[in-house]
Amino acid sequence: MVTTTPSGKTSTATARAVRGGEGKPLLSIRDFKVEYRTGGGATVQAVRGVDLDLYPGESLALVGESGCGKTTFGLGLLRLLPRLGHASGKVIFNRGDGTEIDILGLDGRDLREFRWRDAAMVFQGAMNAFNPVLKIRAHMHDTMRAHTKATRQEIEDRAGELLRLVRLEPERVMDCYPHELSGGMRQRVLIAMSLLLEPEVLILDEPTTALDILTQRSIVDVLHEVRERLGFSMIFISHDLSLAAELADRVATMYAGRLVETGGVRDLFYRPRHPYTLGLIKAVPPIVGDLPDLESIPGGPPSLAALPKGCTFNPRCKFATDECREAEPDLLPVTDEPGSAHDVACIHWKDVHLDREVPNQDLGTAS
Amino acid sequence: MSALEKTPETTAESRTPLMTLAGVSQVFDTKAGPIRAVDNIDLSVNPGEVLCLVGESGSGKTTAARMAAGLARPTDGKVEFAGNDIWSMNRSDFGRFRRGVQYVHQDPYASLNPTRTILQTITAPLLKHRVVKGNKAAADKAAELLTKVDLTPPENYLPKFPHQLSGGQRQRVSVARALTLDPKLIIADESTSMLDVSIRISVLAMLGRLRDDLGVGFLFITHDLAIAKYFGWNGKTAVMYLGRIVEFGPTPKIINAPTHPYTRALIDAIPEPDPDLTKTKGRESLRSLEIPSLAHLPSGCSFHPRCPLFEDGLCDGEVPQLVEIRPGQSAACHVVARDGAGEVRPDEPVA
Ligand SMILES: Nc1ncnc2c1ncn2[C@@H]1O[C@H](COP(=O)(O)OP(=O)(O)OP(=O)(O)O)[C@@H](O)[C@H]1O
Ligand SMILES: Nc1ncnc2c1ncn2[C@@H]1O[C@H](COP(=O)(O)OP(=O)(O)OP(=O)(O)O)[C@@H](O)[C@H]1O
Ligand code: SF4
Ligand SMILES: [Mg+2]
Ligand SMILES: [Mg+2]
Repeated sequence: MVTTTPSGKTSTATARAVRGGEGKPLLSIRDFKVEYRTGGGATVQAVRGVDLDLYPGESLALVGESGCGKTTFGLGLLRLLPRLGHASGKVIFNRGDGTEIDILGLDGRDLREFRWRDAAMVFQGAMNAFNPVLKIRAHMHDTMRAHTKATRQEIEDRAGELLRLVRLEPERVMDCYPHELSGGMRQRVLIAMSLLLEPEVLILDEPTTALDILTQRSIVDVLHEVRERLGFSMIFISHDLSLAAELADRVATMYAGRLVETGGVRDLFYRPRHPYTLGLIKAVPPIVGDLPDLESIPGGPPSLAALPKGCTFNPRCKFATDECREAEPDLLPVTDEPGSAHDVACIHWKDVHLDREVPNQDLGTAS
Repeated sequence: MSALEKTPETTAESRTPLMTLAGVSQVFDTKAGPIRAVDNIDLSVNPGEVLCLVGESGSGKTTAARMAAGLARPTDGKVEFAGNDIWSMNRSDFGRFRRGVQYVHQDPYASLNPTRTILQTITAPLLKHRVVKGNKAAADKAAELLTKVDLTPPENYLPKFPHQLSGGQRQRVSVARALTLDPKLIIADESTSMLDVSIRISVLAMLGRLRDDLGVGFLFITHDLAIAKYFGWNGKTAVMYLGRIVEFGPTPKIINAPTHPYTRALIDAIPEPDPDLTKTKGRESLRSLEIPSLAHLPSGCSFHPRCPLFEDGLCDGEVPQLVEIRPGQSAACHVVARDGAGEVRPDEPVA
């Protein structure tokens, strides 16, 4: 059910995930920026020039600490920013039929059609934001009717099919009010709803945060399954690296509004080349094995209103030199292996290696 | 921080547990009828020791912690501090208990008064309980405490208001405030859950130093077993499910060789920060995803409707008691009590 076989051989989804991989990217994002007006004529740039391609069938994880701009990026892509937010740059969506859509130029009808049909988003915390007076059935029908001419029966059938796919019983769930469902059930309803119009791209913002472990597991398994069946591309936003390890073909690390590293999931976890990605990996406690040797990243993310000069990570970085305080490094390839894509924005990437200490066997006997 | 260190508790004192919950229950009256949020649990924490309380949302962790802190009175059972029943103490002993046991909340945003500076937040209890005399001495002590929680140099933080600090810094201030009265036990209720990974580890390391250098005991509550593992490795862990303790033992055994099917399910469900490992990890499916309501607890073992080991007639009969399965490790499961925990799984270091 997963995209990788136990032997570690990668399946088609991963193979497609590489730069210049099979066919055209589904989403092609260039110099993408988002600014927020913060009053008194001031603005902050929360996303500061992101270049990224998303390929058909690919699952991309966007990771990074709180406030680094992950949600802003997702909202900006789907043109869902609050009124004080403004997106710029170029975002091209390739419809299967060969038409290219410039997302930032869409408006009115076209924009509505793009959302849900081409791309849908499950918002951070949205499982707590259902309309409380409408039953799940009404939510499903409203969504479908707003975008299609489907008949009542067609909607019932489609909703039923998707609910079963996310392991819910339609007979039971359709007649429930949101509060009658658990958080995990609501999250699965949302995933089903977001797939009603068969979007090519699904953006999930922290889909399992605030859910219990066993519920998280059910969401993760459901995502593996629906993706396998329906073959959409997915961008999922998470501060949880373990989730990225499990669900992503490719990972992008975000820091202070920019991507500082992108690469295949195995490259990122086993051979991270940006000190920030390295720091995040070293801070996550694994559950199997002996007492892990963890390290924290000193300090916290910078304020967007006063970004450090040069590489924005430099005040927290143990590899930093004077050169790092001069110009912000570009995201550049660190491998020329054919078929592989691993880009890093760090001038000292060659010095960055993940070497986990061999865990101390003695500690295993502590009691 | 060496100048601030104290000698750990003497060995004689470490014999009596700091804190004991004996057969403690908490029943709430709700619209759906009375619910047993905590049902007859036994726990104890020794000086300088960590006891982790883990379990999913609603399992009763906070309710148990509030009883341990004397913030709620148990419906049944006894809460003892240094061997004395806290609810039959005289005023001054109760006051000593309340100072000795400090509760650090989950939410650093909500637990600090937004209108007070950090200096005011920390000096208020110092002056109120006459730990020090005079504003100057209180300010010096506040600076010393901030240093203990790694907020250095303290002058940078003392004049600030909570909203001017990051989440991790605020959580450190909460801990510094808890330290004002020189506690013997800190009850940390999801104290690092809201923090980013990178910051969480440094807060845990700071708490670890209080544990090791000052001999502070911890009742450490978390829903994150990886965090319990990291902070409580040398201590014990109790796993709660719907108000009851279902497994208890040394943390490395609970994590690496769990015996109760619920603990096993929890550990298996956790994704690993390693793409190959997490995708090949064996996982047994539960029979149901639904968590029963406390108002209508399933008969017998309350995990039975979800449990992969369920046996008709056995599991839905009596409530299973905690019994020792392996030395020092006990579980409340009829099948495991009868058959043992089976083979130690191959990926387990034998603990
Ligand atoms: N409406 C807004 N006006 C001004 N600034 C905003 C607004 N929304 C977000 N920001 C700022 O933009 C930055 C990025 O926020 P965003 O919510 O995208 O981060 P995130 O990575 O999703 O964080 P989290 O993990 O906490 O969800 C933050 O510094 C935030 O304070
Ligand atoms: N004052 C109260 N009145 C009624 N029910 C309560 C009260 N406090 C807690 N409960 C219920 O008791 C049960 C245990 O709650 P508790 O807060 O102890 O769980 P928890 O393990 O701390 O969960 P979480 O991980 O979500 O913090 C829940 O079902 C909760 O709804
Ligand atoms: S460029 Fe310099 S400061 Fe930035 S991450 Fe690399 S080493 Fe650290
Ligand atoms: Mg977000
Ligand atoms: Mg709680």
